[in-house]
Amino acid sequence: MAKVTIDGHTIEVPDGTTILNAARSIGGKIVPPAMCYYSKLKTSGGYCRTCLVKVSKGSEKDPRPMPKPVASCRTNVMDGMVVENITSPEILEARAGVVEFLLINHPLDCPICDQAGECHLQDLGYEHGKAKTRYEFARRTFVKIDIGEYIKLHMTRCILCYRCVKVAEQLCPGRVHGVINRGDVAEISTYIQQAVDNEMSGNMIDVCPVGALTDKTFRFKSRVWFTKPVDAHRKCDKCCGKVRLWFKGSEVLRVTARKDEWGEVEDVAEGKAGWICNDCRFHKKEVNDWVIEGPSHINRHSVISANHYELSKLKLDTEQHLKQLEGKKVDLGEGALNPNNQ
Amino acid sequence: MGRQLLINDLDKPGIQTLEGYKACGGYTALDKALKMKPEEIVEEVKKSGLRGRGGAGFPTGMKWSFIAKPPGVPRYLVCNADESEPGTFKDRFLMEKKPHILIEGMIISSFALGANVSYIYIRGEMMYVFHILEKAIQEAYDAGLLGKNIMGSGFDHDLYVHCGAGAYICGEETALIESLEGKRGNPRIKPPFPAVKGVWDCPTVVNNVETIAAVVPITTMGGDEYAKIGIGKSTGTKLISASGHINKPGVYEIELGVPVEEFIYSDKYCGGIRNGKKMKAVVAGGSSVPVLPTDLILKTAKGEPRLMTYESLADGGFQTGTMLGSGGFIVMDEDTSIVKNLWNFTRFYHHESCGQCSPCREGTGWMEKILHKFLDGHASMSDIDLLWDIQGKIEGKTICPLGEAAAWPVAAAIRHFRSEFEEYVKSGKNMKDVKHYYRLNNLETA
Repeated sequence: MAKVTIDGHTIEVPDGTTILNAARSIGGKIVPPAMCYYSKLKTSGGYCRTCLVKVSKGSEKDPRPMPKPVASCRTNVMDGMVVENITSPEILEARAGVVEFLLINHPLDCPICDQAGECHLQDLGYEHGKAKTRYEFARRTFVKIDIGEYIKLHMTRCILCYRCVKVAEQLCPGRVHGVINRGDVAEISTYIQQAVDNEMSGNMIDVCPVGALTDKTFRFKSRVWFTKPVDAHRKCDKCCGKVRLWFKGSEVLRVTARKDEWGEVEDVAEGKAGWICNDCRFHKKEVNDWVIEGPSHINRHSVISANHYELSKLKLDTEQHLKQLEGKKVDLGEGALNPNNQ
Repeated sequence: MGRQLLINDLDKPGIQTLEGYKACGGYTALDKALKMKPEEIVEEVKKSGLRGRGGAGFPTGMKWSFIAKPPGVPRYLVCNADESEPGTFKDRFLMEKKPHILIEGMIISSFALGANVSYIYIRGEMMYVFHILEKAIQEAYDAGLLGKNIMGSGFDHDLYVHCGAGAYICGEETALIESLEGKRGNPRIKPPFPAVKGVWDCPTVVNNVETIAAVVPITTMGGDEYAKIGIGKSTGTKLISASGHINKPGVYEIELGVPVEEFIYSDKYCGGIRNGKKMKAVVAGGSSVPVLPTDLILKTAKGEPRLMTYESLADGGFQTGTMLGSGGFIVMDEDTSIVKNLWNFTRFYHHESCGQCSPCREGTGWMEKILHKFLDGHASMSDIDLLWDIQGKIEGKTICPLGEAAAWPVAAAIRHFRSEFEEYVKSGKNMKDVKHYYRLNNLETA
């Protein structure tokens, strides 16, 4: 076990835990944002540099501070380590710089982007970005590409987090998906436009933090905040079959994997990530394909959660009302709290 | 001229061939080394104080002693011959003229490290050097200097030359390893360092060509004797690739500790500035190190003469100093435009960024575009501050040192030559054509 202090919060974590995961187990505002790290994908992380933190004390044995900011997602904690994240102005400055770099070539086409509302880059921009850009040159653009039957690649929006490359590497045998070219013209591509034809390829859409990889069966159907997430499952022999359905009215518009508060696919069993197959994702769009479990709880993405029925005004009002009534003996009248009457 | 340990005997006939090299005393060091214990060689290298010649100047003996030695796991030595830093051309020269000194150094170093396989990763553009090395290696195999049971010592060694595809980033040791393994040349995230997990996840040492070649004279003369050359912690000789506006550009082998002034103006070395002009600035160690104006390159901020050593050149930090780096010594005369030169360097780093991490991928391109604005005459004063801000946001935030390599020249140019940027803004003229720049100079003097 190693004892680590992050922004004044001390926690004990098993050896080999990264600073980011230690921060996540503390939770709250001190968790560094992570655009490329994905705990369910091996060797991910380290690329986007948004999770940089300052190590002001290396460890109990070697208390020297680390000379440069380190990527918290790829640096393991040491016993006695002291980490500064939001308490270090220098780190906040560096992070603002990274956000600026990520946005200078981003098209900012959120109004027509399917990812808007559940986009990590949007969240990052709101939290750490500036309202105005200092970039005055033409933004880099790419031609849209179809990756197979179900996925559309919008390279212009990509931030090169390499998550989809790791999915191709680790979930889809016979990899045909990778990065070509280098520098600021590097792009995600399938070699010679060869389609990604694999039953797990749809997970690339789930791991994409921005709107670069979108679901062709869902594109332009609805803004995500108008759809209602519901957990459901079915028996599937290719994957775990545990999904999230996104309803508009009684219609299932989209099927995704279940995601946790960090935007990552939830574990269905200990150490087994709940990736779903293309069959569940793209072909099972009827309500009677699924066993409905109940409404899903979303707490990460501001836009969806703000408009989420779980937190709808009605419920808040009721809660406040009940709080006011707490301790007082008031006759509410017959059936006032009966859910059928609401 | 000081002692030459690496590029001596170049005038001897057939020095490129095994026979010619042997006639000049070649492979005697190998014979001596194979009779020693591996640890003794490492000890000699430690004593010699040899520091990495690729740019960072890390003590080689220490690097060798860091290599992990888990039982049953092979170890590798990789020679970094991916020399692509603008202004540096010493390794190419050495390999081209004297390929056997590298091969001899590789065998001795591998013996010291206990590596049975080693690789020379050579830059793709140097195809003709690749052929020279291949030929030399074949000669060495035929003579029993490579392969099984070298010179009856029981040490087996295989040496391969691997050709890169011409990416600057593959000179970064972990990117080199990725490329050697046949993958995209993206730098790895450290730790783990190559000494623990390198080529095929086995312990690996990556050394520059010149470093490995220097092991040969160290073995011959002994570490203590080698350490007597040079000053303080900068021991031995160093190849300097001198270029720019000097009378005698070329590769020089100097004993570390030669004063910079002597190196530039002495007839033994660069022979002064071309056409009798005045010197304006010097980039002392390859394009990525900070540029220094004349007064600071000849004398440190304290007024002491600057010497060609790791310490003296770095004296004063980046405020008033620079780095010895890889020894790419670029001299610029009074007619040179620092802004234009900087644009050229930045364009290079933009082109060579691997695109893996965001600050370098986006920042290098942005800096290049802003510098282009200066040349177009469209820049404003705030662009100078913007450039300064961007370089600060790249430096130290990236996975590999390419971010720093791109940021340092920009920072140094603004630090020492801010007025020149301001002149560009004020003139508002298109400076892409050199003639315009001369006109600007004339306007100033008039």
